[in-house]
Amino acid sequence: MTAAGLADEGLTRRLKALACTAPLHDLDARKAKLDWADATIYQMAEIALHTIDQVTIAMDFDTGAGHDEVIDRLLPFIAVQAPSRMPDEHVRVAKWVLDNLINVGTTDRGFRRVYGSLGPGGYQRRQFDFKLLVELAAPDGEVYLRATDEAINVLVGALDTDVESAQIAAEVKLENLINRGRLADAKLAAEQARYRTVQYGETLRAKLDATRRDVRAVDWEDEVPELIESALGHIESRFRAENAILKNITTARDESEDADHKRRAAELVDIVADCIRRHTRLQSRLADAGAVFRAEQDRQQFSGPPQRATLDLFGQLLMPTLDLALADAVAPAEHFFHAVAGIAPPVVPSLSSLVSLLLRPAPERDQLIGEIPEPELVPAEVSDRFGDDVWRLADELLDLPEVPRRLSGLLADARRSGQPGLPSLVALRALYAYSPEVGAARRQGERQVLLAVDDGTLLDDPDFGGADLLLYTAQVERADDETEEVA
Amino acid sequence: MPVTHTSVDAEAAARLVAFGMRPKQLPARDVVYGELVRRYVEDNAFKALTHAVAAGLGLMVLEVTQQAGCVLAATDESVFEIKMDSYARQAKIRERRETEKVLHGLIHLATAALGYPRPDDLANDTYIGRVSVEQVDAMVREAARVLDERAQEAEANNDPLADAPELEQAWRAYARRPAAAATKDGRMAADTTRGMVARALRFLAEQGFLVPVSDEQGGTYRTTPRYQVQVRELAADAAFDDLLALDVVAVAGAGGTLRAAASDTLQ
Repeated sequence: MTAAGLADEGLTRRLKALACTAPLHDLDARKAKLDWADATIYQMAEIALHTIDQVTIAMDFDTGAGHDEVIDRLLPFIAVQAPSRMPDEHVRVAKWVLDNLINVGTTDRGFRRVYGSLGPGGYQRRQFDFKLLVELAAPDGEVYLRATDEAINVLVGALDTDVESAQIAAEVKLENLINRGRLADAKLAAEQARYRTVQYGETLRAKLDATRRDVRAVDWEDEVPELIESALGHIESRFRAENAILKNITTARDESEDADHKRRAAELVDIVADCIRRHTRLQSRLADAGAVFRAEQDRQQFSGPPQRATLDLFGQLLMPTLDLALADAVAPAEHFFHAVAGIAPPVVPSLSSLVSLLLRPAPERDQLIGEIPEPELVPAEVSDRFGDDVWRLADELLDLPEVPRRLSGLLADARRSGQPGLPSLVALRALYAYSPEVGAARRQGERQVLLAVDDGTLLDDPDFGGADLLLYTAQVERADDETEEVA
Repeated sequence: MPVTHTSVDAEAAARLVAFGMRPKQLPARDVVYGELVRRYVEDNAFKALTHAVAAGLGLMVLEVTQQAGCVLAATDESVFEIKMDSYARQAKIRERRETEKVLHGLIHLATAALGYPRPDDLANDTYIGRVSVEQVDAMVREAARVLDERAQEAEANNDPLADAPELEQAWRAYARRPAAAATKDGRMAADTTRGMVARALRFLAEQGFLVPVSDEQGGTYRTTPRYQVQVRELAADAAFDDLLALDVVAVAGAGGTLRAAASDTLQ
């Protein structure tokens, strides 16, 4: 049982990792169906990976990447894939990929995969929800993008690794590679190291966010100083390592004769310099966090015992309710709202206030609802090929309740009437009746339906070809299951 | 001794109830209101009369004080009550309505929990809390993260079952919903959690429970004594009774349980 359980867990993890890549494959699968361009020329999964790349690189403590910024950075990459296409189309492809990675259009803006797991309850289907890019609001109200842990894991290809040890490994690898002059590999390792740095910063950012909200009952004796100290120690060691690497490659860059080597070394310098910049920012955050802690503690330290029995809203109401199943949580959530919402006096119109209401200038718009653009309406073009009287004549001709008639005979009658277009309409309707929509006719309560049967006779006609169909109007019976009687 | 009321008394009692229906009006700013509140506090017969007038209208008098004024609550099926159904009406049809209701309820619960973080804050009449859109959203997300870690520690595979969405825990539904999303014209989408929180805070401000302070952090508000009375005397108990019935209750200490996250993800 234990062994089976372990194997199952590994399977689940791999299934989840696999699921994270599904949206990328999905892009390539769907690209042929886009109606605004022949998008098969683009490698969508590549563009998507590149998008996640760009967002990850642009992420730092406060903000992530703006939508427009990401699209701008994507354009050169897309343009290389299809140089012959217009720049407008490139922009559109970039937006399409970005929207699909966010999964715009779903309420949760995420992805869901169902996977099976074997547990004590037998085989159960479970859902795995994940996101690749998320949108968050910056303090100034702008919306920006961040890559999720899942996305970074998909990108770096290292699931379930310890952040810190992976970072050390990458640094060592980087130094070795530089010493041996393998700059291409060194660049890769440096980029991976940067992703690790970002990932590490992400974890700390979440921590600091909690810290800022957190106020009471923080363990100032051990926990917080330990946290800050270990983070600072981490930064210090990274600083030393990265500065050493920076010195090495700067020398490599300046001394290298090979232009390609020089360029790669220069790129590496940029990447490592960026890592150092990130560490500096992280460090200043940590320094601030201490001050926030002290200020909050001063502010909130003095609290007497409760003066009367009240509930602990967070611990006794919010947490238990959050932990309930959705079906169970409805009652407390609804009752709390009902009680906290207060009262709404019914609105009674009074003439004097109605007049002033009507004379009032239009109110400011709600900030959540955008301005609705005024559509420019063009009167619809008359698209009816056949006029009303032609239809009426065709109706008369095709009303055949008694005996079935051949299409050739009907066409002859239609020509005789001299009405232009009537033969074409009769022929078209006869053709349509070859596959009569009996079900639809029954649903819509039609009394009769025109049927056409091909008995193998060829139509001998100057304008139309095909079979000389036998046409008959069948009654639709609506009372019982025998829906129609066919001629 | 039988108490006799004159029609003048009845009018005064009804006027006090009427003042209570205008949540932004305060006894301190209105001489007549202030006088009626004083009379309510001192005169037991008048107090009983006010309660009777309110009961006849389908209202309940929660508390009458100089700070909060006359705080009323609607009884069930009263014309004054605000139904969750009408509040959550804007929800999209494709999303399960129940989920939407739970999310709205949780946001109101979190607003109150942030406004009165310790039990003492809720009991202390002079306490004024501060809430902001960003903080409310962040608090629920943090709570969801803690519950997530707790669930992972339990080591059972607790991803929700695919064929029983109503058994999914509420925090998962909240955590899954995006915090913010850009619409085509760059505004904030209303069906995100921050959009929903912003709506809840604006709604409470209209009801006289919050007062806008600034636009920082997506909108910052301070609580009013009226909100404190409403939460303390009615709402908290209403939800707590449900939790009692479901047998999920925690015992509280004086310090409250809203704390910083333990730093167990950074080893």
